[in-house]
Amino acid sequence: MPATVPSAEMTETELLDRAWELSSSVALRPEPFGALAYHFGNRRLTFLKRPELVTLVRALAEHPDARSALAATGVPEQQWGGYAAALRGLAAADMIRLR
Amino acid sequence: MTILEDRPVRARPEGGTLLEQFEFGLDAPICLTWELTYACNLECAHCLSSSGRRDPRELSTEQCEAVIDELQRMQVFYVNIGGGEPTVRPDFWHLVEYAVAHDVGVKFSTNGVRLTPERAAWLAATDYVDVQISLDGATAEVNDHVRGPGSYDTAIAALRNLHEAGFRDAKLSVVCTRQNIGQLDEFKAIADQYGATLRLTRLRPSGRGADVWDELHPLPEQQRVLYDWLVAHGEGVLTGDSFFHLAPFGEKLPGLNLCGAGRVVCLIDPIGDVYACPFAIHDEFLAGNLLTDGGFQRVWQNSELFAELREPQTGGACSSCQFFDSCRGGCMAAKFFTGLPLDGPDPECVQGFGEQALEGLGDQRRLPASSQDHSRLVPGRNEPVMLQLRRREEIEAGLTSGQAAPPVSACAESPLAGFTPSA
Ligand code: SF4
Ligand code: SF4
Repeated sequence: MPATVPSAEMTETELLDRAWELSSSVALRPEPFGALAYHFGNRRLTFLKRPELVTLVRALAEHPDARSALAATGVPEQQWGGYAAALRGLAAADMIRLR
Repeated sequence: MTILEDRPVRARPEGGTLLEQFEFGLDAPICLTWELTYACNLECAHCLSSSGRRDPRELSTEQCEAVIDELQRMQVFYVNIGGGEPTVRPDFWHLVEYAVAHDVGVKFSTNGVRLTPERAAWLAATDYVDVQISLDGATAEVNDHVRGPGSYDTAIAALRNLHEAGFRDAKLSVVCTRQNIGQLDEFKAIADQYGATLRLTRLRPSGRGADVWDELHPLPEQQRVLYDWLVAHGEGVLTGDSFFHLAPFGEKLPGLNLCGAGRVVCLIDPIGDVYACPFAIHDEFLAGNLLTDGGFQRVWQNSELFAELREPQTGGACSSCQFFDSCRGGCMAAKFFTGLPLDGPDPECVQGFGEQALEGLGDQRRLPASSQDHSRLVPGRNEPVMLQLRRREEIEAGLTSGQAAPPVSACAESPLAGFTPSA
């Protein structure tokens, strides 16, 4: 298992350059606003408030880094900062992990 | 119920806050309570579901399994099982195992009657199961007054068995009353002693609670004590969405400052009736039945009642209140069962408008007749004798506000406790 991610310490560039995936203990439930992510291990519930974020999170595993997952999801580059912050939060809750 | 009338139909906003999204409801609940039986070994004076006797129509084992299968398909990750006393169902432990095996985590509430050392060891070895022990007094005197003779010892024995078996982080669940507000520190000490987490909830005038609410609900000055205590102990204490009506005492609270009934919260009762909220067991809030209306998903997604509840509600007399943003007029069930209008102040409005409204009703105050009652017809030996208890004098002692930690975490149960609304 990858070590608990010190994502809080990563710069935005580092974060976007790394390869991520949805944690194996997490299930995504589609909702009208995006999705609800539930972590069966730590029992945390997180709300992904944008459909694009859901697409991105699902796409992470298929791309060599978060940057290319963002590009493939069609998120405009000027918004990447916001998405990087969301990924950081998700990593802190172990919703996504480095791979 | 007829709250729809000619309100303009508003469409779900894109983006917007999580609260706005919740207002319009979710595809499946996040705080689902499932009462497995109306049977109970106790006869608590304030039982929210008027439990006592089993209902012959209660769902069979196979029907319960089918419900779990459906919850799994709907991705309801977590269910709060209660009753009655759920553990008196002979198939209870089987259903817990079945749920966990189908990705539906379980938290069950119990008075502790079946939590033997052997069962505690089994629970300690089972993942995704949370146990919540009900205790409404930190001393036998205060607890047994409402929960009945012997119930204090039963609960403490259960806590001890769990602790000794190595079960981590059981919940000690307390309904806050006039008699026990002065015992909050003692409750915390009991929880700490057994490695449990304290959970405080609000007394609502639901079920038999309607009969004793006037006598048991905390007095206005006690509400303040409670709020200050919660602020001081914010991190370590669970509250569910119980106390958002106290938010006007201080800063706006994070979490679900919204009545979640029918939006993110609901109840499945022992015969498969689906209600908007566990505290709203009444025909007015009955959305349908999962046996006769094509399953839980159909009821959750298509019931007319739930569609109405997912419309933005008007604040009525509360809309001009400066605290409406955080308090939102309080709890729908508390208003309904005290005979107050749903679009007005909560009976425990911290500004006193609820009391005024109740006084204003005077002789006109009509409590809604209960639409189900499974209380025992003949009192059993465990029935509490509600003799007058003295209020604790020391409630004010040593309780001051001043810490910024907000007391309320979202919704009724733990899955929401650590949620990240910003993502
Ligand atoms: S505010 Fe009251 S009616 Fe609404 S969900 Fe909470 S307990 Fe139920
Ligand atoms: S008037 Fe209504 S919104 Fe204001 S504090 Fe009282 S119950 Fe809450």
